[in-house]
Formats: sequence, structure tokens, C-alpha cells
Amino acid sequence: MSTIADRLWRRWIGVIDTVLLVGFFILVWQILYEIAGAVALSPPIATIRYAIALLGSADFWPNVFLTFRAFGIALVISIGGGLALGLLLGLNRLLGEAYEPVLVAFYTVPKVAFYPVILLFFGIGVAAEVAFGVIHGVVPVVIFTMNAVATIKPVLLKMSRSLGLSRWQLMTTVVMPAALPEIFTGFRVGFSLTLVGTLLSEMFGSRAGLGYMLMQAIGLNSVRLIMSLTLLIVVFAVIANGLLLLVDKRLHHRA
Amino acid sequence: MRGAWLLRLATVGGTVLILELLCRVGIIAGFTMIPPSQMATGLFQLLVSGTLLPDLKTTLSGVAIAVAAAILIGFLTGALLHAVPRLRRTLDPFFASYYAVPVWAFYPLCIVLFGLNDVPKVIIGFLYAVVAMIVNTLNGLDRVPPVLRKLARTHQMSRGATVLLIILPSAAPHIFTGVKLAIAYAFIGVVGSEFILANAGIGYQISFAYNNFDNVILYSLILFIIVFVSAINLFLYSWERAILQRRGGR
Repeated sequence: MSTIADRLWRRWIGVIDTVLLVGFFILVWQILYEIAGAVALSPPIATIRYAIALLGSADFWPNVFLTFRAFGIALVISIGGGLALGLLLGLNRLLGEAYEPVLVAFYTVPKVAFYPVILLFFGIGVAAEVAFGVIHGVVPVVIFTMNAVATIKPVLLKMSRSLGLSRWQLMTTVVMPAALPEIFTGFRVGFSLTLVGTLLSEMFGSRAGLGYMLMQAIGLNSVRLIMSLTLLIVVFAVIANGLLLLVDKRLHHRA
Repeated sequence: MRGAWLLRLATVGGTVLILELLCRVGIIAGFTMIPPSQMATGLFQLLVSGTLLPDLKTTLSGVAIAVAAAILIGFLTGALLHAVPRLRRTLDPFFASYYAVPVWAFYPLCIVLFGLNDVPKVIIGFLYAVVAMIVNTLNGLDRVPPVLRKLARTHQMSRGATVLLIILPSAAPHIFTGVKLAIAYAFIGVVGSEFILANAGIGYQISFAYNNFDNVILYSLILFIIVFVSAINLFLYSWERAILQRRGGR
């Protein structure tokens, strides 16, 4: 009995603390505004109000649509390609050992440096945005999938061999279920990085989309627009990640 | 594993060779990509002539400040949060979604606040790096075996001695991972910012070369970034190996 009450109480404290934290952020924001003034910062309430107004404006949604079209395509390629490569590298010891360091090295190189190359190959447009999203997002999917598959308990593989499973059956009934929690973590990281890549490519070279709107706002020196857009992007990223995190935890818990 | 080494070397070498061939034959046009050999000679000339030096200095000093700040503040924050579990529980979800937020979305705001100078990109580099340091410090402190803390108590060690002789060495590998990530992330943050909007630095020179259709300089600089960051990574990797080996080859 007391444990249930304890847990409930602890959950309440958690909620209260989170509310306090958000309140603290808004307070710091407001104080910074009082210090820095309206030239540099837009106050919290006005920013939120402007962000909501932005959600109702006509020229906002076409940009959102363009960003998310590129993001969606890039995400599908990142996850599909990453999964295939990860399975290949994870199931083949030699390949895995040969290419893991290359992948890790690629992960730490500032990929913005490759952006001009992508533009030269694809030209300005959706294709370049997708490609840039993919080079950001695909690596974590590959690395997580590879490690997940490589660390599957050998006894499971041995058992499926003694049962005479076909390669396809092995994949769908043993490898994927066993490795799913870790692979999903890879998806989650890949999701975030693909979004980063897509927005970044729009900020550097494009003619539409949320990243482009941000850069335009710098040109217009509109602090209010910059902060509202940033707020909307952050809120979207945090909510999406929160949902993925929830699934992630549940998968890990079940395993 | 010799086989893995050979395969890796063959793949990298083969890719370079194929690119060289494709560029030389003209399947990849000169205005799209230059042959790797030309990138190397271009980079060599850039380094010898010294024209790259001021930008290199701007970028590296920016990265250095961001890394130093991220390591120091990240470590102290991690230690503080470890000591105050309630604060940590509150901040944990925040850390978990931190890297989901595109950090460059804050870059325009930083430019408005601080002007178009070195400050905004250092801030972005710092912001990108610091949470990796915090999370890994927490990780390291979590994994100090309780038996070691007990050992310190049985020896009646002072608080300072416990931290210095027991806790820090035990948490070192994770903290080192934090440092490694902090360096990589600060680099990405600074170069990325320079690339988006700046008036100096390697990232700026890359975007400048791109806008001027100067492919030799463009590709030489890209090669430089790849080689430079890989060299730092290799150095940190072998250092980490040495540390782990000293602790009994774990």
C-alpha cells in the first residue's frame, strides 16, 4: 500500500518539479528581456502569442509543408538504408569490424563541410535537402542497428540454426525482435539528426522552408519572428522526441 | 584483426581511386568535383602559402574556448546534479530531448544578441558540447562501484582524498567519453555556425569558395576538415586505449 502511495507522491513531485523548471526558464527569459531590451529579445508572452498567430497565417504552412516533405523523404531513406546496412554489418563480423571505425569517424566530422559537395551534385532544392538530412540521420541508425544485431545472444542464433530457419525467417522471427529496442533507439537519434540536417540545409541554401524562414528573419532583423520560429521548432522537436522516448522506454522495459 | 584492417584500407583507397578515375575521365565534371589528387595538392599549397592561417586560428580558438567551457561547466554541473538527485530527476527528460533540438535554430538569436563576431559561434559550439559532458559525467559518477566508496570510508579518507583518489579515477573512462564528444560537438557547432553566417573561419571559407565557384579551394578545405578531425579523433582514441590498458586492459 505504502509503496503505491509513495510512487504516486513521487510522480506528483516530478510533475511539480517539471512545472517549476518550465516556470524558471520563462522567468529567466523575462529577466533577460528586461535587461537586454526589445532590440535583442522578444518577451515570453508576446513570443508565444506571435507563434500562435504564425500558426494561423497563410504563408507559414507552405514552408512547413516543404520542410516536412524533405524531412519525411530523408527519414524514410535514413531508416531504410540504415537498417539494411546495419543488419549487414551486424551479421557479418568482418564487415562490421572493418567499417565501424569509418562510420564513427564520419559521425564526428562536421557534415556541414559536405554541404557544398551535395549542392554541386544535386543542385539547390528538395534533393539536396533530402541528401543532407540523410547523411546526418543514417549513421546513428546504422551504428545502433549494427551493435544491436552484433550483441544478440549467440544461443538464439544457435537455436534458430538447429531449427533450420530460413534466412528470412531468421531475420523476421529472431534477429528483429531481439534487436528491436536498441534499433528503435537508433531510429530516435536518427529522427532528431535528420531533422537537424534538413533544417540546416534550408538555412544554408534553399528558397523555402522553415530554415529559410529563419534566415530571412535574420535579414529582416525581426527578433520576434526568429524567436517564435525557434520556439515552434523546439516545441515540435521536444514533443516528437518525447513520444519516441516513451515507445523507446516501453520497448526496453519489455525486453 | 588484420582482415578488417585490410578491408577498410582497400575500401577507402578504392573509393579514392574510383573518384580520381571518374573525375579524370570526365564522368564527374570538373565543376562538380575535382580529382582527389588535386584536392591534396591544393590543400598542400594552401597550407604552405599561409593564406589559411588566420581562418584556422579563428576557428581553432573558437573551438578551444567552447571545449574548455563545455568541459569545465559540464563537469561541474554533472557533479552538482549527481549530488542533488531531485534536481537531476527534473532535468533528465530535458537532457534526453536536448539533442533533438536543432541547436543552430538558436544561432540567429545569438547573432542578434551578440552581433556577427566570434561570440555566437562559440556559444553554439558550447551549447552543442556541454550536455554531452554533463550526461557522461553523470554516467561516470553513477558507475563508481559502491565497494570503492566503502573502501574509502574504511580507510577514513577525507572527502577531498576520496574524490581525488577514488571517485575521479573510477569515473574517468566515462568522463573521457564526454570530453571526446565535447570536442567533436564543439567542432561541429563552430564550423556549422561559420558556414551558415560568419565573416571568418574555415566554415566561412568553405561557403565563400562555394559561392565563388572556386572548387579547388572548396575541396581542399573539405579535405582539410576531414583529415584534421580524423587526426584528433585518432589521437583521442589511442589515448583512451592507453588509459584503459593501464587499468588492466578492460
